[in-house]
Parts: sequence; C-alpha cells; structure tokens
Amino acid sequence: MAEIQIKNVAKTFGAYQALHDINLTIQDQEFMVLLGASGCGKTTLLRIVAGLETATTGEVWIGGRRIDHLPPKDRGIAMVFQNYAVFPHLTVFENIGFGLRMQKLPNDEVKRRVERTAELMHIEQLLKRYSGELSGGQRQRVAVARALAMEPDVILMDEPLSNLDALLRMEMRAELKGVLAESNTTAIYVTHDQVEAMSMADRISVMHQGKIVQAASPIEVYRNPAAEFVAGFIGNPPMNFLPATPSGNGKWTVGGQDMNGPVSSETLKFAIRPEDLRPSETGLKATAKVVEPLGAHLLVTCDVEGALFRAVLDSDMTVKPGDVLTLAPQTDRVRWFNPETTLAVA
Amino acid sequence: MNARVLPYVLILPVTLFLCLFFLYPFLLVSKQAFSTGSGFTLDNFREVTSYWKFPTTLRNTFLLAAAVVPVQLALALLMATMVNKMQKGRDLILYVWTIPLGISDLAAGIIWLAIFEQSGFLNSMMNGLGIVDKPVNLLTFQNPGLVFLAIALAEIWRATAIMLVILVAGIGLIPKEYYEAAEVFGASPWKRFTRITLPLLRPSLQTALVLRVILAFEIFAVVAALGGTLFPVLMGETYAYQFDLLNSGAAAAMALIILAISIGFTLIILRLLRVPKGATI
Repeated sequence: MAEIQIKNVAKTFGAYQALHDINLTIQDQEFMVLLGASGCGKTTLLRIVAGLETATTGEVWIGGRRIDHLPPKDRGIAMVFQNYAVFPHLTVFENIGFGLRMQKLPNDEVKRRVERTAELMHIEQLLKRYSGELSGGQRQRVAVARALAMEPDVILMDEPLSNLDALLRMEMRAELKGVLAESNTTAIYVTHDQVEAMSMADRISVMHQGKIVQAASPIEVYRNPAAEFVAGFIGNPPMNFLPATPSGNGKWTVGGQDMNGPVSSETLKFAIRPEDLRPSETGLKATAKVVEPLGAHLLVTCDVEGALFRAVLDSDMTVKPGDVLTLAPQTDRVRWFNPETTLAVA
Repeated sequence: MNARVLPYVLILPVTLFLCLFFLYPFLLVSKQAFSTGSGFTLDNFREVTSYWKFPTTLRNTFLLAAAVVPVQLALALLMATMVNKMQKGRDLILYVWTIPLGISDLAAGIIWLAIFEQSGFLNSMMNGLGIVDKPVNLLTFQNPGLVFLAIALAEIWRATAIMLVILVAGIGLIPKEYYEAAEVFGASPWKRFTRITLPLLRPSLQTALVLRVILAFEIFAVVAALGGTLFPVLMGETYAYQFDLLNSGAAAAMALIILAISIGFTLIILRLLRVPKGATI
C-alpha cells in the first residue's frame, strides 16, 4: 500500500510563495498527473515529495508513514528526471543498477533486476553502452528502467518526455502508461502538456499559481472544469467565454441571444467548448475571421459581439472569412462561471 | 581571406614564437646533452648518473613529490567542494586562497624561512611560550626531517591553489541533476563524492595532476631557500652543473632526465585517469 497524502504543504523561496497550502491524497497505484504552466509549483511539489526540497510547512505521508523529515532514500521512492540524469561515466547496466548497488544488494540480484527492467524497457541490447552512445529516447528508457529497478512504492516523474520529439513522445507515452500500470506503483507525473496529462492520468491535478485548482479524472476536468483557468488551460483550442447578462428566472442574454442557465441575479460568463457548437437555424451569430482546415475538422475563429470565439466544425463545410455563421451550443455542454470568483456555477 | 586558411594564419605568430624560443633551444640542449665535442655520445648521462649524489637527489625529489602532491590533491578537492557549496562570499574566499599563486617560489621559500630560521617567528613563539630557553637552529643537517617538513609545508602552501582553481572550474561543470539523482537513488554524501564527483572530475584531475606533478619535479627555489645544500634535488644539481661546475653538457643531460621523468609521470596519470572508451564526460 502506498497511498500518498500531502497535508497543508506550503513552500516559500524568500519572499516568493511557490506553494499555498496544498492538500492532496493520491490513492495506492493511482497515476496522478500534476498539470500546469511553468512556474505554477508542480515541480516544487514533486521535489518536496521526493525530498529534494523541504516544505516550509505541512506534512507528506506515504503508505501511512510520515516521510517529510526522511532523506530521499528512505522514502520508498524512485525518480525520473527531466534531463534523464543518466550518469555519463557508467554503462547502462551500472546506471540501472546504481540504486541497487547503493542498497548493497548481492551481485546476482543486481544482475537479475537490471536485466529484467532492461527487458521491460526494451534496452537489453544496450547494457554495455555509455550514455553518450545513446539517443534521447534510449536515455529516457534507461532513466525509467533505473527507477523501476528499485521496485519503489512510488515513482516520481518530472516532465520525463519533454525532451523527446513529437512522434517518440507519443510512442513513449503509451509504453510508459503500460509499464507503470503493470508495476503496481503509485505514480506522480509532472507535465505542462495537457495531451500527455489527458492520455496518461487516472486523475489530473491542475495547478495554477501555487494552488491546486482542480483534482479530478481527465474527462471530468475536461467536461466540468472547476474554474475558468482550467477551462482555458485544458483543451486545444480552449473553451470559449462570452459575457452573459441575467434577464431573470434562469434566463440569460448571451451574444444577443436568449439562453437558459442557472438562476442568479449576478453577471456570469457563459462557456462552451469549440467542438460543442453546431451550425443551426437559431443560435449565436458569429462572423468568421480566420478559417483553418485541419484535415479531420475545420477550425473557425470568429467574432461574437466583439469577443473572440472559436468553433470546430465538420471538415465538409465551406466557410469563408466574413461569412456570418449561426452556431447553436449543445445545451448539456454549456458551463457557467462567476467572473468574480472565476469558479464554476452549477 | 579564405576561411580554411585563416585559422592557420592566426596561429602562425605563436607557432613561430614557440619554434624560435622553445623548440630551437630545446634541440640545442638535446644536442649538447648527447655530445662532448666529438659526435654522439651518452657520456654526459653516464657522468651525471654515476655521480654519488645522483641517487640522493633523485630520491629526495621523488619523496618530496610523493609527500606533497597527494596532500595538495586532497586539500584542493576539499577546498573546491567547500567553495562550490558556498552561496555568498565565494569569490572572496577563492581570491584569498589563491594569493600564494601570485608569489614567486623563491619569495615563498623566503617567507617560510622567516618562520623557521633561528631568529624566526616559530622560535620567537616557542621562546615566548617557554618551550625552549633560547632560539634553536631548526633547519640544520641534524634535523633532516624538519628540513623536509619545512620544504613540504612551503610547497603545499604555495602551490595547492593551482590545483584548486582547476578543480573548482571542473566541479562547477558537473550538472546538479546528477547529484540529485544519486541522492534519490540512495547515495550518501561520501558516495556522491566518490561515485559522481571524482569520476566526472577526471578530465580536470588529469590536468591538475599533470601540471602539479611536473612542477613538483622541477622544484628548486623553495628548496634552495629552506634547505640550501642540505636537501639536494634534481633541479638544484642541474643548476650546480651549469653555474658552479660550468659543465653545460652535464646540465643539459640532467634537464633531459627531468623531462623524461615528467613525460613518464604524465603518461601514467593520463592512463590511470582515462575516461572509459565510449563514455563522454
């Protein structure tokens, strides 16, 4: 059992507050992705769990044991670094076996575990090579194998795929997910890439300015963003927002059109994903500005009463800049946000 | 100008300078060493190596290098690691530690002579503390160990900084991530030093050691100031052949012997600290 509990963790660097009162529980064997833009504190949080950084306040528990005062080696963790940190003076074999040697395991046990994990990562033919003789992707595999060889309770990954080219990243994404699922470890995975987060995670914690804005399953984060930031950060293109004025009794005026919405007397923001719009007889009047045929679909950037608005339409449609489209939002996909708190309104 | 020719044109002045003032004199010295006036001969080498003092000078030089260089290496590594860990005042400390580099070796010898001689600081202190009744002459033939110690101390004080600056630069080049990875995978601070710092520092260690060992075999002024003739070394004997005995053939032979020893040790150091084939450090 390796449930991770992060309790009231905060971190300041001088006058700068990197993390504000973080509370997060990660289930045993769960794959948790910390997602956010650079500088949001996701790597700092990972490093606090790893023991490479000390929290200013708060506690970290792994498997029912408080570990924030322990050195990294006593926490039952292994880590994959962004730049791999594969030691250049050691062979692939000795790199994978580094942690096992530090634990003073007998030679045959080291050999068994190194060979097993190397096979798992398909690098068994590279064991005698040095890091300088490997490609970026192979180095990445060595870094993962080194972590897996430790048979850790928790595996921590800091943007492990960010230095790979796009095709290799896609391949490794799927492979890493499979390998980790089989290893029965709890994983924390830091990334700024939402596609990586969506495709790999059991749960995503979206971070912004040192806080966790939402922690939920990928589909929940996508469908029901808890805050405007999440709605704008996840999804490519991101969610559309339009100002909405109440006309009483759950009726709203959005972009000059009447809509049904929550009962509220305050001004709210109406939000809809670009792919949840259909051309229709009635709906929002949108003037097309830029039309981008993307093959699978058509991305149209429009103007709705002066606001930027994007629609993902069927690739069969013919739209020219200057055309006025009538777009009907799919009603069950419409979301509402409070502009004051930026939080979602039910 | 043609981009392929330009680099060679740019290094031409230096090359000419080295040929004229280094290679040419070196060839003259070699010629002198291998001749006594009538063609090629090894007589000069036979003469210097069969002289009764030669084994002593050779032994003294090696002993001194063997005593001084390892201490300097350990000290330089320790100091470089400390400097590297410092947040503030790093440059100031580095400047202070490298002050001895700016002092000539003879001046360094004289500074330490001022400490050890009969009217020196050490005697004044011991006298003041009542350890001795009257100032004693420490650096005499009756105290060969003390003479050796004084020379070794002066050398360590004087020439550790040259290794320090090379190692500080080398340690600074090792990425922090390697240490973090080693820490996460269970390496203690000592293990991180022996398993990460030392191997990754090999190129710098090579440079520092080669430079220091060569200089150790060329030791002269510090020995002359502190030991005089009590502690004969190879370079001192070379000086004596050239200027006291006016035997430039023998002096040239001694110079070539020192060169051969230096080359030999350079090769040994390069071999011992070589980077494994395929590894990129």
